[in-house]
Amino acid sequence: MSAPLPSFSAAGFRHGARIALPAFPGFIMFALAFGAAAAQKGLSLGQAMGLSAFVYAGASQMVGLEIWQQAWSPATILTIVTVTAVVNARMILLGATLQPWLKHEPIPRTALNLFLLTEAGWLLGTRYHGNGGRDVGVLLGTAVVLYGVWLLATLAGYFAGALVPEPRRFGLDLVMPIFFSVMLVPLWKGARPALPWLVAGIVSLAVHALVPGYLFIIAGALAGVAAGMLIE
Amino acid sequence: MNALPSFDLATWGAALAIAGMSAVTFLCRIAGVVVMSRVRLTPRMERGLRALPGSIIMATILPVIIDNGIPAILAMAATIIAMMATRIDLVALLVGLGTLSVLRAFGV
Repeated sequence: MSAPLPSFSAAGFRHGARIALPAFPGFIMFALAFGAAAAQKGLSLGQAMGLSAFVYAGASQMVGLEIWQQAWSPATILTIVTVTAVVNARMILLGATLQPWLKHEPIPRTALNLFLLTEAGWLLGTRYHGNGGRDVGVLLGTAVVLYGVWLLATLAGYFAGALVPEPRRFGLDLVMPIFFSVMLVPLWKGARPALPWLVAGIVSLAVHALVPGYLFIIAGALAGVAAGMLIE
Repeated sequence: MNALPSFDLATWGAALAIAGMSAVTFLCRIAGVVVMSRVRLTPRMERGLRALPGSIIMATILPVIIDNGIPAILAMAATIIAMMATRIDLVALLVGLGTLSVLRAFGV
């Protein structure tokens, strides 16, 4: 039995929008936190929304705030752009895995799909693809809905972030890692295919202990891919 | 007198920073697809990429979970068990958050 051919449908788009729901809490909490931090740091509403709308990558937006300037120079602009590239380099890997699924798509739609690419949306799409689904509408449906949630929550965080009650009490500070733990289960295909995950985890922990910043994500991910290539 | 009257960084610095950050992020997003459409996917590369979803999850969350101690580790375990048992994302998510807040409330 061969897999169905890649396609794009409105029904798929709606399905994608529906399966995005479990990622909402993580997106809302992260964007609220970003909006609140941006306001506190003295960014204008346009700057905060501009970062969320055009960069649209939570970790790099947070790191960007840490090195945000009141007065910019060519050197500080180059620094923030370089740091952003380092934090978001892992997205190169996400895109690489999507290429076989997207290769028959029209380029403008692929550009839109990739502009809206996030880890959560990619994980949900990968799971659908792993179950034999090939409708690219699902990927885009998930992506568009999550983008809307991100923008609304950034806006809310900018104006009312300080009003959010202690998120730790409800475990919401860790909602993203818990969502990722959920997504781990459908990926499980036995101990042997999961061996690279172990390598990724160990390398990530080691890099996290030794190097400040977000380098541990890309280091662990690359180690996992390398392990996957080496293990027959 | 301003040396660059038509385009000074005091006015445009933040916009330039956002534009630069947006551009490199979009490049990261499209680079994987662009590169892979130009190289032939070998079985070895395919195996490597197949390991990526689980690897990226582990690499992202493990340090955060460990940093947050026993309650976070137990909450992660509860999340995974709930997902294995129910296969319903939202149920597993709520079990994880619930476990974490209960453990913290009891000061674990």
